[in-house]
Amino acid sequence: MKIPHTRPLNLRQGKVEMAHGAGGRAMAQLVDELFARELGNAWLAPGDDGARLPPARGRLVMSTDAHVVSPLFFPGGDIGCLAVHGTINDVAVMGAAPRWLAASFVLEEGFPLAELARIVASMATAARAADVPVVTGDTKVVERGKADGVFITTTGVGVLAEGIELSGANAGAGDAVIVSGPIGDHGMAIMSVREHLAFESPIVSDTAALHGLIGALLAAVPATRVLRDPTRGGLAATLNEIAQQSRVGIVLDEAALPVRPAVAAACELLGLDPLDIACEGRVVAICPAAQAASALAALRDHALGGEAALIGEVVADERRFVQMQTRFGGRRMVDWLAGDALPRIC
Amino acid sequence: MKYVDEFRDGALARGIAASIARQLRPGREYRLMEFCGGHTHAISRYGIADLLPPQLHLIHGPGCPVCVLPVGRIDQAIRLALEHEVILCSYGDALRVPASDGMSLLRARGRGAELRMVYSPLDALQLARARPGREVVFLALGFETTTPPTAVALRQARAEGIANFSVLCNHVLTPPAMRAILEAPGGVALDGFIGPAHVSTVIGSAPYVPFAREFGKPVVIAGFEPLDVLRAIQMLVAQIDAGRAEVENEFTRAVGLEGNRKAQALVAEVFALREAFEWRGLGTLLHSALRLRPEFAAFDAERRFAVPYRGVPDHKACECAAVLRGDRRPQDCRIFGTACTPDHPVGACMVSSEGACAAHYSYGRFRAPSRSSA
Repeated sequence: MKIPHTRPLNLRQGKVEMAHGAGGRAMAQLVDELFARELGNAWLAPGDDGARLPPARGRLVMSTDAHVVSPLFFPGGDIGCLAVHGTINDVAVMGAAPRWLAASFVLEEGFPLAELARIVASMATAARAADVPVVTGDTKVVERGKADGVFITTTGVGVLAEGIELSGANAGAGDAVIVSGPIGDHGMAIMSVREHLAFESPIVSDTAALHGLIGALLAAVPATRVLRDPTRGGLAATLNEIAQQSRVGIVLDEAALPVRPAVAAACELLGLDPLDIACEGRVVAICPAAQAASALAALRDHALGGEAALIGEVVADERRFVQMQTRFGGRRMVDWLAGDALPRIC
Repeated sequence: MKYVDEFRDGALARGIAASIARQLRPGREYRLMEFCGGHTHAISRYGIADLLPPQLHLIHGPGCPVCVLPVGRIDQAIRLALEHEVILCSYGDALRVPASDGMSLLRARGRGAELRMVYSPLDALQLARARPGREVVFLALGFETTTPPTAVALRQARAEGIANFSVLCNHVLTPPAMRAILEAPGGVALDGFIGPAHVSTVIGSAPYVPFAREFGKPVVIAGFEPLDVLRAIQMLVAQIDAGRAEVENEFTRAVGLEGNRKAQALVAEVFALREAFEWRGLGTLLHSALRLRPEFAAFDAERRFAVPYRGVPDHKACECAAVLRGDRRPQDCRIFGTACTPDHPVGACMVSSEGACAAHYSYGRFRAPSRSSA
């Protein structure tokens, strides 16, 4: 039921006020005129405390992700679409079809409503494009200085088809390691804004919903063993996680790693390694070597996987080391990154 | 990447490596020290050791800026941030260096210190302009390479009269450290040095002449790319086999005999030699570091705030000191990879990407001990 508001929300000059999170009329107005208007769907419409979802055929997969990226707007995206993509991808790499999202906002008092409207519109566009609606949500406001503009937590639920059992523990010696596209785009897009690095062609975040790409891969190679999205900590962290879980080693071929020239150059300038830099629209796939060609073909056929590459193989190694054959002709470890070189990347 | 990939070419590398292998005299061991952390990093990151015969040993030197700072210097920075409530600006490497009482700059942040990671002292100066109500201190560290940018920031601060900016100066000098390595009683046996890259762009190649003349150790200045390192090794081996000890320059695309005169003049205008400075691993060395000149006293954090330097011994089990002198290899330290890892560093050499321990842990620890102890 719509509450009559005397004046519409001022989406041009207005700011987030404490009242917008206080449970009163102001909050109802923010929900009505911004969140519900942009994200509107049949589940959100009744305005109840939760969403009543239809029964699903299959096991459910659920995942949640908090988004605190700084800056909120970056080349190729913003915190809104990132919050949608991030959680969809976490559900998708489990092998599930993402169906519903929940979104929780923590807003800082004084944050411009115009920017909030841009963020929510971007979320809505991303959710519609992915066909995964935001079916329930929440808004809280904290005093100025107690948050940084907007934090968004999204939770996703998906449905897992019979027979799909992906896990980081499934990699075995001899398996092929594939990445769906160039690494490090998202992290370096953020860093180039933060460090005011200007390139002839700007680095654009790869943020994207991957369930379509992953669906195509699993249809072509149902025997895929591991899928994971290399976000924080980059490819290095993801591969080390898999090596630990599966009790194996991994050997990469540096010459086969896809890295865009601008990303490589920015990393060089800042003393970073592209292997450590976050992606938000790439997936790492591990599959039996015999099916590597089919997996690559399926990925490359999809708009988001055109630059997919076979980058290495799983080997037996009790120490569970990830190593790399360097282009230079030597060998080195690819370790987890120590500390947090790139805080608040997603 | 143009002008970068050319220096990482695997085919060329194999060619030089094969030629080095042919050059080496059978039965002779070759012990070369790379002074700079930048070389240590390149050697580990590109797996250069894999291309070299086992009779050729690369010994890591002390040229890692945060590694050579003793604990007491980090303590000073922490006291500035916590007790004097300044905004402390630092290069990222220094933030995780272990200090006294289980502290580090990052942990100090958890206790309320305001800390900024910067890529340049000019970023710290900009912060001081933007926050006139707060004291902003730049933790200046590094060898001759990072000194000119600090000088630029200080000159700018004085010209603009920025009253809330100051520098905690820990800039150190390369030649005194090389001398200390060679003069250490019972010190490491060396056949030659892979000479600094970026440092030499500033100071030139002339300051290394005494190491060749007085100590009979060849020095080949090398760039930080892996082919630079291989080529410098080849040049050193040629000198050693011919019984020569000269300063040669592999890095001619950036280094001249005299270095960068402008940068030298700038540094001389702002900084003067410190009487003595304590180094981790090398002890207290005379005329081995810089302080601000009296004309810049107003911008000297050590004068502006009461944070006297207090020497603090390293952690008992930590062998950073011996590693920095080249006496021990990282993997010889009892706590390497067990109590001391990049996630929980005990010593500074496990922190910086230029530190010998961090480089070996992050890039090289897969190698069987037999190979590296050969």
